[in-house]
Amino acid sequence: MSVPAIELQNITKTFGHIVANKNVNLVVNRGEILSILGENGSGKTTLMNMISGIYYPDNGRILIDGEEVVIRSPKDAFRYKIGMIHQHFKLVDVFSAADNIVLGLDEKFNMKEASAKGARIAAQYGFDIDPAKKIYEMSVSEKQTVEIIKVLYRGADILILDEPTAVLTPQETEKLFSVLRRMKADGKAIIIITHKLHEVLSLSDKVAVLRKGEYIGTVETKDATETSLTEMMVGKKVSLNIDRSEPHENADRLTVRGIDYVNHEGVRILDDVSFTARAGEILGIAGVAGSGQRELLEAIAGLSPLTGGEIIYDNPKTGEKEDLRNKTPMQIRELGVRLSFVPEDRLGMGLVGDMDIIDNMMLRSYGKGKSMFVHRKDPKALAEKIIKDLEVNTPSATTPVRRLSGGNVQKVLVGREISVRPTVLMAAYPVRGLDINSSYLIYNLLNQQKENGVAVIFVGEDLDVLLELCDRIVVLCAGRVTGVVDARTAKKEELGLLMTRTGEKEKANA
Amino acid sequence: MHKNENHVREPLFHIVKRAALPGWQSAAIRVLAVLISLIVCGIIIVLFTGENPINVYATMIKGAVGTNRRLWNLLQSVAILLCISLAVTPAFRMRFWNTGAEGQALIGGLATAACMIFFGGKMPTALLLIVTVVASVVAGAVWGLIPALFKAYWGTNETLFTLMMNYVAIQIVSFFTYRFSVPKGSGQIGIINRDTRAGWLPVIGNNYLLNILIVVVLTILIYIYLNYSKHGYEISVVGQSENTARYIGIDVKKVIIRTMLISGAICGLAGLLLVAGTDHTITRDTIAGRGFTAIMVSWMAKFNPIYMIITSFLICFMSKGSVEIATVFGFNDSFADIITGIIIFFIIGSEFFINYQIKRTHREGGKA
Amino acid sequence: MGALFVFLHRAIMQGIPLMLGSTGEILTEKSGHLNLGIPGIMYVGGISGVIGSFLYEQGVGPANINPALAVLIPLLCSLAGSLLMGLIYCFLTVTLRANQNVTGLALTTFGTGFGNFFGGSLIKLSGNDVPSITLTATSNVFRTTFPFANKLGPLGTLFFSYSFLAYAAVIIAILAAWVLGRTRIGLNLRAVGESPATADAAGINVNRYKYVATCVGSMIAGLGGLYYVFDYANGVWSNNAFGDRGWLAIALVIFCVWRPNISIFGSILFGGLFIVHNYIPNIDVSTQELIKMTPYLVTIIVLVATSMRKKRETQPPASLGLSYFREDR
Repeated sequence: MSVPAIELQNITKTFGHIVANKNVNLVVNRGEILSILGENGSGKTTLMNMISGIYYPDNGRILIDGEEVVIRSPKDAFRYKIGMIHQHFKLVDVFSAADNIVLGLDEKFNMKEASAKGARIAAQYGFDIDPAKKIYEMSVSEKQTVEIIKVLYRGADILILDEPTAVLTPQETEKLFSVLRRMKADGKAIIIITHKLHEVLSLSDKVAVLRKGEYIGTVETKDATETSLTEMMVGKKVSLNIDRSEPHENADRLTVRGIDYVNHEGVRILDDVSFTARAGEILGIAGVAGSGQRELLEAIAGLSPLTGGEIIYDNPKTGEKEDLRNKTPMQIRELGVRLSFVPEDRLGMGLVGDMDIIDNMMLRSYGKGKSMFVHRKDPKALAEKIIKDLEVNTPSATTPVRRLSGGNVQKVLVGREISVRPTVLMAAYPVRGLDINSSYLIYNLLNQQKENGVAVIFVGEDLDVLLELCDRIVVLCAGRVTGVVDARTAKKEELGLLMTRTGEKEKANA
Repeated sequence: MHKNENHVREPLFHIVKRAALPGWQSAAIRVLAVLISLIVCGIIIVLFTGENPINVYATMIKGAVGTNRRLWNLLQSVAILLCISLAVTPAFRMRFWNTGAEGQALIGGLATAACMIFFGGKMPTALLLIVTVVASVVAGAVWGLIPALFKAYWGTNETLFTLMMNYVAIQIVSFFTYRFSVPKGSGQIGIINRDTRAGWLPVIGNNYLLNILIVVVLTILIYIYLNYSKHGYEISVVGQSENTARYIGIDVKKVIIRTMLISGAICGLAGLLLVAGTDHTITRDTIAGRGFTAIMVSWMAKFNPIYMIITSFLICFMSKGSVEIATVFGFNDSFADIITGIIIFFIIGSEFFINYQIKRTHREGGKA
Repeated sequence: MGALFVFLHRAIMQGIPLMLGSTGEILTEKSGHLNLGIPGIMYVGGISGVIGSFLYEQGVGPANINPALAVLIPLLCSLAGSLLMGLIYCFLTVTLRANQNVTGLALTTFGTGFGNFFGGSLIKLSGNDVPSITLTATSNVFRTTFPFANKLGPLGTLFFSYSFLAYAAVIIAILAAWVLGRTRIGLNLRAVGESPATADAAGINVNRYKYVATCVGSMIAGLGGLYYVFDYANGVWSNNAFGDRGWLAIALVIFCVWRPNISIFGSILFGGLFIVHNYIPNIDVSTQELIKMTPYLVTIIVLVATSMRKKRETQPPASLGLSYFREDR
């Protein structure tokens, strides 16, 4: 067998106390496509960033064509003919495609020749590209094309694509795959990061699986099935011993019917999503990152305008039904809807980092009353109560929340949101980045709310947690509901399959 | 501009963002920066004058607060500068870069002068004062409102817009100084209502005391407004994170417009204090760059009205002191601007050491 | 006709310092830095030239000056002075990542103070009765123009009667437009101002570009001050005579939507608006002041119109005013 194009040996990278990658080994040969499979936070992107010169590994060796190399910057990576297509494109919006392609190169500046060379590369692999078109006029798939050509133009023969299909339509995905196959035939080594099993199976030669930063193993695609890969990816069921009570109420509290959301770039993020959240239960929402979870919660909270559907709230006090669609948070509050929301972005949305705990307590309540002035007495009492009850580790209630550790920030945020006695509580990734103790504290808080008759909506990424904490789980995939399962009986693999199943369905439709 | 580097050298140092520095440490860094800047200024002064530094500083202190008159004069300058600094602060807290205080104050002053000229002697003193105050405050507010509207609805760059509005204001004032000039065509308004003193702010104790008292009260009011009112709270939220403002349902447009109305109104008040309080005339140079200095004063005080007392005092003190040095040693007054500039450079630069940390690069583990 | 030619001629003379100032500022802003210190830098550019020339004229006597040195000394002094100003700005805003507005305003305070201070000191040294320094000999050399200019009638005056700095200004503006639009350096520079993170990922040394663009920009702007003293004002420096021209140069940047080639015509327009009142018969002084307001009004209209139209190409550089730190993600 020939020398591998790139080989990673025992790569380890830590950020502070978090181990992002631990002893990862990978081998990719020329003329081969390797998929890297793993759940969110399994360390795929970090690993690739080390190959492309964004991060520097703490330990381990990188070999290119059998020789050990040091990659300290994107420029180094170019020199070893490594090119990475980032999930968030690195393009200058007001520049044309050609401008972006030649940006930062050292060669002689000749746009005509450069455009011609770009067009040649495009033709060779079957791309369409208009070199003069501005990036801001392009669709997502066109932008991706520019990124790929940019990398090929720099002579890359080891290509890394970070979730390239996340933003593409099935047709665009198919087209991309045919391009990748042509590159493979051309002798390039290709690494593709994805969560989508059918893509892995249809495209790659080998699959490497990461789980929570650890390297699980590499298998030949021909020996793999969706089930075997899911097992490797999600691992054996781990018992977490989260308490779960039987729901004792069953009233519908929030009914979401057929909602659609198209973002400002014209991409459809939510597609005909329907489900019901009931009082006194925890409804889980599962899905790979970016399947529309954030937009779904923001839409319910009144932060983003929908293009279709309705959100019906059953008011337990009056028994009336209110449509919350396209109401502002203020209007929702005025309707008497006690909707609490723990957003994913804690310091950027849920809290104000530079304000102290007391002032953050007031975010929701400062407007109460006729007085011109804010009253800090109640917020102060609340802050102190939360610090005491939730064991927030802070010097004082007047410490800016930015100075607190992740877990304590989350306690402050969740504490505030449940202090208003909500009837609906939405929490997006509430335990992300938290240590075990803090995580359990949050689970217990959510359970308490459930027992108080609150309709809890929990967006999570850890399937074990979802299965043990929730009563029912809605699975989202690419903005659509692919299934609603009973968390008490569902299997982990079943969730894994539902989360990654868009493709087949669409292929069947197409 | 960059050559093909074949060896990537690992830098000896790298910069990392600090999590947060305890309050006393960041205060210490700022104080240190001021001290170093004073030493540097001292060295420069000594280079120019050949005097020994102690004498130089003694001259400065004498110049700034040496006599009663000078002390009052200094306090009056501090009051006006502080007033304009207070005016820009609500906008800055909202991350709205109001560089138009100069124009907003000048338009306020123009409104004052116009009221004094047109209504002086035609209405009772009390009424005249009320009309004058209202007119100047409204004029300043309108001047602040215009860029705010465009920012709120179309995202027009507020730094550049407010900056341009200064010069529109200056030319308008120039226009009126010719129109109102006494004698006609002289291009100077001269002391308005010299004999009747109509529209002049009442004198308490001396010419300056009223202004100073007004600004003291204003400082307290703004401090309370920013820290204890609902509006102030909204301003902070919008300034820190528009996403959070959205999350809790604050109307960002409304906050921008309301805050700039207040910012402009206080500038208008500063114009009033200058024109009706001390100058009793108006020229295109009435504000004399204080609108710009105020931006630096407010920024150096981290937008805290109480700290602004210190920073505006520092700037005025150094400036008056340098003027004295200039007089004694036969320079011109502009020496003060050089000194002010240097001090501000040091204070601006010191922020870096509060927000960032320079670390020795460790060779990371593994073979490199 | 004659009056029109004279007007255009004067408008161009008025416009040259603005052209230099705005070309310099455009280069700086294209790297993502809003330098409100430009008025101060132009001031320093002027006074540094005056100091150099003053010392030289005093040294050898105004009658004995060597034409080459008489140009070279002030020119180099001016460039050095404005370069230093640019370096102060860069060190604070690029290396120390200080707030650009505050730094710029401080630089303007410092620069005008510097200019007036040394201006005042030289005036005192020269012992003049009037509060100004007159460097006629040097100015005469600076104002040397094509010998055939006045033989070609009004058109000759209009096109060939300027000094080398005026032609240099036009060439610099064209060159700047060419570099920005047609060269790799320009492409990289624009990328730095639009999206430093993208530029960084493409292997561009972001800080180096910011430094070079800002310092070169400062030196160009400084030449505007030099031109004003030795050409427009015939070698007479008096304090504050430079006036608001620095701010007008910043306005011009917005007016010409960050394109140096448009600034050539924009500067003549602004220059014309600045002096047009002299050419309108029977106009009173107060109205003249209103007319002087038009460049700023026009700029505001352009600013508002571009923000309303939201055409991507005419927006300010996307990262203007923001400092860049690689590890902010």
